[in-house]
Amino acid sequence: MVKRKTLAAVAVGSGKNETDLREPINSNKHISTKKISSIMLRVLVYLGVFLTVAAMLFIVVYILIKGVPYITPSLFEFTYTSDNVSLMPALINTVLMTAVALVVSTIIGVFAAIFLVEYTGRGNKFVSVVSLAAETLSGIPSIVYGLFGMLFFVLYLHWGISLLSGALTLAIMTLPLIMRTTQEALIAVPDAYREASFGLGAGPLRTVFKVVLPSAIPGILAGIILAIGRIVGESAALIYTAGTIAKVPDTALDSTRTLAVHMYVLASEGLHINETYATAVILLILVVLINAASSAVAKRMTKGKFK
Amino acid sequence: MNVKLSVSDLDLYYGDFQALKSVDLDMFEKEITAFIGPSGCGKSTLIKTLNRMNDLVEGCRIMGKVTLDGEDIYKDIEVSTLRKRVGMVFQKPNPFPMSVFDNVAFGPRTHGVKSKAELEEIVERSLRDAAIFDELKDRMKKSAMGLSGGQQQRLCIARALAVEPEVLLLDEPTSALDPISTSKIEELLASLKKDYTIVIVTHNMQQALRISDKTAFFLLGEVIEHGDTETIFSLPKDKRTEDYITGRFG
Ligand SMILES: Nc1ncnc2c1ncn2[C@@H]1O[C@H](COP(=O)(O)OP(=O)(O)O)[C@@H](O)[C@H]1O
Ligand SMILES: [Mg+2]
Repeated sequence: MVKRKTLAAVAVGSGKNETDLREPINSNKHISTKKISSIMLRVLVYLGVFLTVAAMLFIVVYILIKGVPYITPSLFEFTYTSDNVSLMPALINTVLMTAVALVVSTIIGVFAAIFLVEYTGRGNKFVSVVSLAAETLSGIPSIVYGLFGMLFFVLYLHWGISLLSGALTLAIMTLPLIMRTTQEALIAVPDAYREASFGLGAGPLRTVFKVVLPSAIPGILAGIILAIGRIVGESAALIYTAGTIAKVPDTALDSTRTLAVHMYVLASEGLHINETYATAVILLILVVLINAASSAVAKRMTKGKFK
Repeated sequence: MNVKLSVSDLDLYYGDFQALKSVDLDMFEKEITAFIGPSGCGKSTLIKTLNRMNDLVEGCRIMGKVTLDGEDIYKDIEVSTLRKRVGMVFQKPNPFPMSVFDNVAFGPRTHGVKSKAELEEIVERSLRDAAIFDELKDRMKKSAMGLSGGQQQRLCIARALAVEPEVLLLDEPTSALDPISTSKIEELLASLKKDYTIVIVTHNMQQALRISDKTAFFLLGEVIEHGDTETIFSLPKDKRTEDYITGRFG
């Protein structure tokens, strides 16, 4: 104490800037073994981030460079011919397929989640079994769903290789995802809202649809966005259920080819590699657009309800 | 004074745990009855029994009888009718994540009011009765989540009043609020007393003394003593009541 004081006095006396001889407590001077391990951790974290970003950038840039030059108006002609591999039918089919599959899986998934969360007691055995089943189902490779869809919809129900068979296969595939996210969203709604609603004499139905569900919409939409991503990117489950006819279907029982399948077919034919890259660019843009649109919708909905 | 709500020989179990033990208690019309007692003694449990909010709790078994104007609330009255007649305000303000207007209109809409003009009239009257109309009249369309805690709680009172209940149950309505909001709500309750029968849980004995006509003292699931608030606080009959109100335990 005494020594430090005199030193400080000397420093002032010598006309220099006032200097405190104490070591700043946040300096990096004392590197202990603990510090070293934290530096290593930091390096690993940065490396991880770098590799992730680099891999993503590489793929996107590579596809853009290979594909953009071949995006021509003829690629968007309404009909597909073997000379002009137009992606327009596949684009329209993708939208159709997504719409049909989503309507089915959202309606069933949301109602199943409502039943599990709102109508069965908490900690119910049945609920945990169903949740576990859903979890397991969402981990199954999509080709397995494709096989099931082919056996059940295509052959057993005689719907043939068609838009309907494909869409329902995808609906089953995304059902666990939508059900689980809806379940989580419903569970996250505070019980205080339910109490308030019941306390005013509202029944379970009104409580669910007027109070609980509106609060859960952002969470449910997040699930739907994930489902859209899976549907748009799916090829394995569709090849044997919806088929590869590159034409906008006249009825729900006609075969259709979505963009992802279109790409798969083009690539495996090997005759139109450049157009395949161009198609990949469009698929990429489509996914980005869908994600942006969905999150904009989610934002608007939350704003309307909660602000 | 008429008996509005009457509880007789009520036992309540959560699973194997007995939370209320042979409770007998009358609550009188247009009076404020306060439930006091250390936490965990069953005050919330009893007040929730009065509008059957315990129905929502799994494994809750109730024996005994509760009557509203002489009618058995578990046998003679439909649950939604009961909850319309016996409104509830909770410990933590719990407005819906909707606009101020939709919050107050939720109850009337539940019970079938559709006309916009009628709803507007009900909402304004309820907000006035809850002494919060002037503060909120310019933000009817704004979300209730942006209000202060005290405003939210008065909004919840307005929401409960909007279905024109006969009884208002309040479970520690001011425990999450600052002193100024608390005194506003106490004033409000004093003025609501002329039209409503009020039951309030409080662990603030000064509050019970300030606003209530009758007080019931709870301990470990039993009503140890009940009667006129002044008598309970000045001349408690039971040693345990005296210990509690003089702050020797709880
Ligand atoms: N849902 C419940 N399940 C099991 N026990 C409960 C439940 N609610 C309350 N209890 C128990 O019942 C007793 C009374 O609780 P409560 O009525 O909330 O007391 P108070 O409101 O007087 O603090 C406490 O011991 C509490 O742990
Ligand atoms: Mg309590």
